[in-house]
Amino acid sequence: MFTKRLNQLLLYATRRILKDTSGYKGALKAFLEAHNIGAGDIVVVKTDKDEYKGTVIPRYEYASQDFLTLKLPNGYNIGVEFNKIRSIKLVEEHAPPAFAPQHLTAPKKGLPKAVIISTGGTIASRVDYRTGGVRPALSASDLLSVVPELGDIAQVDADLLFSIYSENMTFSHWSKLSERIYNYIKEGYNGVVVTHGTDTMGYAAAALSFALHKTPIPILLVGSQRSSDRPSSDAASNLIAAMVTSLKAPFSGVYVSMHEWVSDERISIHVGTKVRKLHTSRRDAFKSINTSPVAVYKDGELNVLRNDLPKRGVSDDFRIFPKFEEKVSLIKFYPGFDPSIIESLYQKGYKGLVLEGTGLGHVNKLTADSLKKLIRDGFIVCMTSQCIYGRVRLTVYDTGRDLLDAGVLPLEDMLPETAFVKLSWCLGNFEREEVSKMMRSNIANEYNSRLLLEEVE
Amino acid sequence: MNTIPDCSLKRLSRVSYDKVELKTGLEIHQQLDVGTKLFCDCPTIETDVAHTKILRRLRPTQSELGQIDPAALYEFKKKKFNVYLYNQTSACLVECDEEPPHPINMNAVKAAITVALALDSKVVRELHVMRKIVIDGSNTTGFQRTVLIALGGSLKVDGMDIPVQTISLEEDAARIIEEKENYRVFSLDRLGVPLVEIALAPTTVDPVTVERIALELGRLLRLTKLVARGLGTIRQDLNVSVHDFKPSEVKGVQRLDLIPKVIEYEAKRQDYLFKVSNELKAKGLTAEKAIGTYVDVTKLLEDVSSQIVKKALKEDKTIYAIKLVGFRGLLGREPFPDVRLGLELADVARAHGLGGVLHSDELPGYGISKEEVKRIERVLKVREDDGFYLVFASSDDEEALNAIRRRAIAFFEGPIPETRGPLADGRTKYSRPRPGAARMYPETDIPLIKVTDELINECMTRVPKPWIEVLNYYVTTYHLNEKLATQILDSNYLSLFEKACSETNLSPTFLAVSLTELIVSLTREGVDTSFLDDVRLLELFKLVDSGQVSKESVLDVMRYMCQNKVGSEAALKAMGIKAISEEVLRSIILRVIDSNIRLVEAQKERSFGALMGLVMREVRGKVDGKKVSTVLREEIKNRLESKR
Repeated sequence: MFTKRLNQLLLYATRRILKDTSGYKGALKAFLEAHNIGAGDIVVVKTDKDEYKGTVIPRYEYASQDFLTLKLPNGYNIGVEFNKIRSIKLVEEHAPPAFAPQHLTAPKKGLPKAVIISTGGTIASRVDYRTGGVRPALSASDLLSVVPELGDIAQVDADLLFSIYSENMTFSHWSKLSERIYNYIKEGYNGVVVTHGTDTMGYAAAALSFALHKTPIPILLVGSQRSSDRPSSDAASNLIAAMVTSLKAPFSGVYVSMHEWVSDERISIHVGTKVRKLHTSRRDAFKSINTSPVAVYKDGELNVLRNDLPKRGVSDDFRIFPKFEEKVSLIKFYPGFDPSIIESLYQKGYKGLVLEGTGLGHVNKLTADSLKKLIRDGFIVCMTSQCIYGRVRLTVYDTGRDLLDAGVLPLEDMLPETAFVKLSWCLGNFEREEVSKMMRSNIANEYNSRLLLEEVE
Repeated sequence: MNTIPDCSLKRLSRVSYDKVELKTGLEIHQQLDVGTKLFCDCPTIETDVAHTKILRRLRPTQSELGQIDPAALYEFKKKKFNVYLYNQTSACLVECDEEPPHPINMNAVKAAITVALALDSKVVRELHVMRKIVIDGSNTTGFQRTVLIALGGSLKVDGMDIPVQTISLEEDAARIIEEKENYRVFSLDRLGVPLVEIALAPTTVDPVTVERIALELGRLLRLTKLVARGLGTIRQDLNVSVHDFKPSEVKGVQRLDLIPKVIEYEAKRQDYLFKVSNELKAKGLTAEKAIGTYVDVTKLLEDVSSQIVKKALKEDKTIYAIKLVGFRGLLGREPFPDVRLGLELADVARAHGLGGVLHSDELPGYGISKEEVKRIERVLKVREDDGFYLVFASSDDEEALNAIRRRAIAFFEGPIPETRGPLADGRTKYSRPRPGAARMYPETDIPLIKVTDELINECMTRVPKPWIEVLNYYVTTYHLNEKLATQILDSNYLSLFEKACSETNLSPTFLAVSLTELIVSLTREGVDTSFLDDVRLLELFKLVDSGQVSKESVLDVMRYMCQNKVGSEAALKAMGIKAISEEVLRSIILRVIDSNIRLVEAQKERSFGALMGLVMREVRGKVDGKKVSTVLREEIKNRLESKR
């Protein structure tokens, strides 16, 4: 008798612990706990006048704590005012809702081997009840189950490396990612696709472009502007294009695969060092800057537009340089700019800086004077343009000539973000003396000496 | 088509709604007129010109409960892509699914709450915008944003209380322009227009009463003056069930008079399916035993003369046959027009892009001979009581074949829940499986909306008075008879009517007749009256008011305007109608009196009738008849007096 009672108590205690009241705080959380009710449970709630039956849904963390979220049998969610609730009764216990990936089909023999490395971002995001927003929660294998067509292209392995928003990426993430890719290629994988949040995918593409030296195959970064849990997601088409490109393209290097326009029709393949996110929300946010995409994917076919790229094949010098120096910065110049910002960076131990100057690559007189002193002390200053399009040229105006004289490195048509990543990478892997020369030489297609007019239809 | 008579079915020819335990749930979708769309700042206008086209594909996704919705999967398996026509004046990046939704349009929320209060429904105090998965392409996102506004309440109709289930606010879908085999074309102009959806609880009332309920609900909505009027701004869905089976939903019934016909057809169809399932069970059959698997019979039909078969073979299609044990006579039996099992199978085939099915009760036929049927039956091992059907399908039609077979299996279950579409005559047609509850998940881009007491109180002031009070108001204020008052209240021109009454000196009765009976008569003639908008009509009334158009010619002018798409002034010019001034009228009347002077002298005032006819022959359509009679009486009197 006593043991039975004890067992009951134990069972009750474990149940209590397992109840998920995530998102609920304070009095409402205590109320739910007191009634041993958690997310997923079906309850009947009585208020002064009304009665609601529904499933308890986790509360968004930032939502007000005055309401209990219920999912009604018709699928709608509603908020029931907490201070009007007179009673709550548990009708049926249930596990909290969870994403259930579909069963993967067995890999088809005879197809090439490929891997999808997931780092997070919208492409791997699902709705999150904790915050009410979308959150990286879909692993690479979930993604594979959502895009089963990939199974017809390759024997795909999935590797969940990180699960973070791309704005939380750091230099060390780039190091780990490049090492992981290096190992997969050494193991003999014929295709490598990295899913990445779009916000900093341009930076990551540049980082991998420099870190992975002479890769035998193309490595594709891919993102999406609509999360994979939406029927209209661009993830599937971007991902399929990325996989086909990585497996079949005649070139090697690091590239980004994203929509060419807002239709789900053509996917552009961009050089990893020359691509930038130019729109906050459109599917075609990524554009090649100061160059054109290298290929376009449409209906299963990859149309290669350039033949001057490094060739795919066995590489006798495939190496990685995975280190990045953290003490570098990227600063945009603006009218009235105070150069003490830069001086304080130097004092904090920063080793170098990429500036986004105005127009052809200019900063004000005060800043130019300050830079001269810093450069003399060994600080590296590189110049790019905040115009985004075009080339810097420091020989046209006095200001430019002063900067050249001060020792500022003009980086031609290189993207500011690429320049920032490159400076970090140079300082991370090479001697200080080599850095200036390396910054000015073309390592991963970051320079384009011929800027062209676009074709007009 | 062989229809096999069955005496036991004769009793069905008139359906008893009590016996079939008919239940009907009515859902009304009404566009709101609140200026802009629900989740962006685009105006709610229709546009015909496309500035650009977008091509998209949608994929099914899992709900928060980890389930894939059957309706969503079905649409994806049909492998359709969608083309969206985009016009800069009626859509922005939000409709293109290229920008997150803007905050919800609070005017639309207020309008929906007002409707809820009018129906005595309990308003939800914290609103959660949801995504309802719809991947037929009518939403670029693949979901429709919808928010539950209120629960419960009731609508009073002829002393009955019809319970309300839910009231929600949702975005309207994109407008379908055309449907091709492998793609659909939509216009984005209508996407995002706010709609209020009122779902009434299923009731056991007869089909005609359902029409009456729909009319009353429509009236209540129009009285709020917050809803859009005109063609396509209101749509009815009907959830029909018999014998407590799960209901089928007939979506998009546009005309009220179709409602009873749709319900009647569904009641007959579903009750028949119920009876068939019992009949099959009574024969001792089960789905597992009765429904065979597909057999490739292409070889057996390679040299037939049938045009249908020849065409299919030319398109490289395979001919599949499936045995249906115990189904001989059942597939073609038709207890009511267009109620038969063969049609159920064919509809599913057509919804999947196939031409249909051929079944044993209609063969030999369609160019397939008795001998060829025998050959098929031999291969399928079909015995005397058994039936079969044939499908022509390509290699990628696996899902279509499975869907048809699943439909056959479901003959053992009675009526199954489906989404159906109405046809012009009130019959219905299968369109897709019914969606499950797995289709709803939260719209995380929109924060939760708290409904404060202030908001409720503000909406309370806009709740319209009951219909009968409003009707009485119009009868007394405008001296309309009850029929005319009802007509103007039910019309799309109530606001215009009030405006014209205040801005002209025309009689309310004349205005009400013009706006209801005249326009209805033009519609009956087959004239498209959509050109007659409020602005154009008011212009016309002002011309009548100033005497430039006679009341008698208003109908002709309206007709001319619609047919030639011109304004009232232009119509007058083109028609050569020029109103006659009083001076000219008087001179015509004097001339008529002169030339009939003997008649006037003989008959005195009684000559009016004859003279009126003569004058009107000359001035009809150019002067108001009342005016003519006044002037004529005056002049007759003058003439008689001067004689004395």
